[in-house]
Amino acid sequence: MLLYTNHKDTETRRIFLRAFASWLSSRLLLWLLPLGFIGLFFFYPLGRILTYSFDTSVLTAENLHLTSNVLLFTFYQASLSTLLTLLLGLPAAYLFARFEFPGKTLLRALTAVPFMLPTVVVAAGFNALLGPRGWFNLGLMSIFGLENPPLQFVGTLGAILMAHVFYNTTIVIRVVGNALLQLDTRLMNAARTLGADNRRVWWHITLPLLRPSLLAAGILVFLFDFTSFGVILLLGGPGFATLEVETYIQALQMLNLPLASLLSAVQLLCTLAFSVLYTRVVAKTRIQVSPRPAQYNLRRAQKWGEKIFVIGMGSLLILFFILPMLALPLRSVSRLEAARGERADVQYGLTGDYYSELFVNRRGSLFYVPPIRAALNSLGYAGLTVLFSLLMGFPAASALARPGKLEHWLDPLLILPLGASAVTLGLGFIISFNQPPLRLLASPWLIPLAHTMVALPFVIRTLQPALTSIPERLRDAASSLGASPFRAWLAVDWPIIWRASLAAATFAFTVSLGEFGATALLTRPEYPTIPIAIYRFLSQPGGLNYGQAMAMATILMTLATIGILMIERLRLPGTREF
Amino acid sequence: MKKILTLFTSFIFLLVACAPKGPVELTVMTHDSFAISEEVVAAFEGANNVKVTFLASGDTGAALNKAILTKDAPLADVFYGVDNTFLSRALGADIFEPYQPSALANVPTAFRLDPENRMTPVDYGDVCINYDKTYFAENNLPIPVSLEDLLKSEYNGLLVVENPATSSPGLAFLLATVAHFGDPGYLDFWTALRDNGLVVVNDWETAYYANFSASSGQGPQPMVVSYGSSPPAEVIFAETPLDDAPTASIIGPDTCFRQIEFVGILKGTQNRALAEKFVDFMLSKDFQEDLPMQMFVFPVNPDAALPDEFVQYAQIPDQPAQLDPADITANREKWIQTWTETVLR
Repeated sequence: MLLYTNHKDTETRRIFLRAFASWLSSRLLLWLLPLGFIGLFFFYPLGRILTYSFDTSVLTAENLHLTSNVLLFTFYQASLSTLLTLLLGLPAAYLFARFEFPGKTLLRALTAVPFMLPTVVVAAGFNALLGPRGWFNLGLMSIFGLENPPLQFVGTLGAILMAHVFYNTTIVIRVVGNALLQLDTRLMNAARTLGADNRRVWWHITLPLLRPSLLAAGILVFLFDFTSFGVILLLGGPGFATLEVETYIQALQMLNLPLASLLSAVQLLCTLAFSVLYTRVVAKTRIQVSPRPAQYNLRRAQKWGEKIFVIGMGSLLILFFILPMLALPLRSVSRLEAARGERADVQYGLTGDYYSELFVNRRGSLFYVPPIRAALNSLGYAGLTVLFSLLMGFPAASALARPGKLEHWLDPLLILPLGASAVTLGLGFIISFNQPPLRLLASPWLIPLAHTMVALPFVIRTLQPALTSIPERLRDAASSLGASPFRAWLAVDWPIIWRASLAAATFAFTVSLGEFGATALLTRPEYPTIPIAIYRFLSQPGGLNYGQAMAMATILMTLATIGILMIERLRLPGTREF
Repeated sequence: MKKILTLFTSFIFLLVACAPKGPVELTVMTHDSFAISEEVVAAFEGANNVKVTFLASGDTGAALNKAILTKDAPLADVFYGVDNTFLSRALGADIFEPYQPSALANVPTAFRLDPENRMTPVDYGDVCINYDKTYFAENNLPIPVSLEDLLKSEYNGLLVVENPATSSPGLAFLLATVAHFGDPGYLDFWTALRDNGLVVVNDWETAYYANFSASSGQGPQPMVVSYGSSPPAEVIFAETPLDDAPTASIIGPDTCFRQIEFVGILKGTQNRALAEKFVDFMLSKDFQEDLPMQMFVFPVNPDAALPDEFVQYAQIPDQPAQLDPADITANREKWIQTWTETVLR
């Protein structure tokens, strides 16, 4: 008898142990790839550069004063920018998630284009529109007969905020819009039937359901603004500095690495604080609901109010997103020599010269970049980034969707790469990967890997809310009907995941196509990308160089738009449209 | 198992060792603005059975940082692109091996700033104020000829400069004023310049393309801190052929700051002989004559002929401002900081 019990005990224990082992191994397996990646390409180089360059002598009152001043401004502009981005992004997300209207797909794709444009090009676009000699100022000057441009745009806080909204609204549109699209409207209808008015429905049902994605979008936008570099430098001008800008100045201009590492450590700690806060709040708001196929939520505007909303919001988006970008293609086909006065025989006119000139290596330069090769390189890097970041984002997001103790700790760490200083990380790469066995600095693979690091937080944040929302009971239902785990996954999880994956892939694609900062230190001249070609042209004087830069930027915009449209159109055979 | 592994590894090593000898590889680390003609580099490669790889590593500061950070395991054999504002910092980091090319004897002594020959001068360029010829002609304004002239009220709001904390021409122009007015005299000049409607932006691209009136951007300021070689570049890269440059440089005493760029052999190179040959090559006539059209700088080799556009439109100041590199390294941070407090706050 005794023997028997004992036997049973060991049996139970064995079963228990086996279950535990398989749980552990599946958890660990899920984490192995993403954690290994982030560990090797983020924590290791960052740790090395910080320990290499930090020393306590930098902790003087003066430096601390500078750091706290810069931190305050960084926080201030990031909070304002995030609020404004949500203000425009939420109605825009609602527009795309609820209504069908002509040109919708294109408009939606176009709102994502700014995200991948190099800042120098965006600055050129804003300048053509709102600069001292921009259309807006010239127009006002001729209407009111003014001597000087009435609107001061470049070099103001307004320019920084506007550019941030221009860049980041797409995050809100995609992350929140995606959640809105799958929202089960029957819940709201039920509430209304029970007598709730619109406001109560919004506060008690819609908002709580949207909270995870709102928070996810909010933190992504905030971190992007918090670590802003190019916008501050080019549109904010010398009067403004964020932590990232000051780090760049200290590290690369003053060659003061200790102060640079202090600044980037502060930036990193703040990011960590934000992400911990974020994960704690999100953990409280996990709700599972059956997602609804998109077509149940989408319809044409019917009531007058709805029509006005669709037309008004649509026009606002067109104005806000298309106008600044329009300057680039326009400038890429127009010749403006005559305006200089002394060569009156040449008139304003259309020209294709900039494009044809792109294909000519006029000065026989070794570093001439053929536009097709630059485009192919850019697309190749972007494709690899999509692949890598989905490969690593999926397991991480799956683990995060059913969080245990482990995930509680790991979750905030996954957002960190977004908050790291690109300059510091670049320097970290340099000292970490310059000798065997990790002599990766000479490898072209380093670029898509660096892009993946920036894209991964986006991919994870986009996938996780979708994965979280998949109701366990649907899966149980499938299993009880005899479906194998894989079959159940295919029938239940996959359709929901598919849509989120497309959004995630779009992010990875755009991040890679436009990324310049982090990889500027790592580029290989054999594999030039389009942003690099644009910078090459803009770094030299001459009308032809300027025109070619605009032509190259136009090519980038076109490629980006086509890329996004294609990704969004991907449909799996047999998948119902979600 | 271990034995097999050892055998296997040695086999691989053998394979690698016996692989047919292709050309040796020489790596040259540069800043992003480096450029060279295909045929010029091909001639060097052919003559020395070598494959030259250029490692563009960011702007001047970033590239130098990269070289200093990797000095234990250098990424390249040769480094090109240290300028006189970074020279003594580079020498202090002890990353270069001395080498004295024979052609150096031919180079004017004004360019030879390192007595120990760890750094060899290759080219120079002047950071000057460019002005919009049409604007000055149309408004009957005299061209300013000195730094002091810029303080006159008729030039109120007409000059755009770059922030020295973020831009290399911006720093060069700040250094010109330090050389001319001395420390702390330069601060009075900048205070007065600020009060005369000075416009400051962070980078050359914005200054030139968004603010300068004679560029394609057609901005509001007819004077910009740029390079002495920008006027010929405006002709070479014109949208339609021009018979005259739309811009010119102000080349009064101390209005321009001379930037000299150097090359050096990195400590720890495995290809010392080839590296020496590459440094020789950079001083050779072929390379020196290729420089102006590729990088818009001037050759230090007096035998190198300049292209026509340069002879015609580039002005070389007789008395460019210059400062001792050691002085620059010692005070760079302080000068930029006090400039920031004076001009931006």
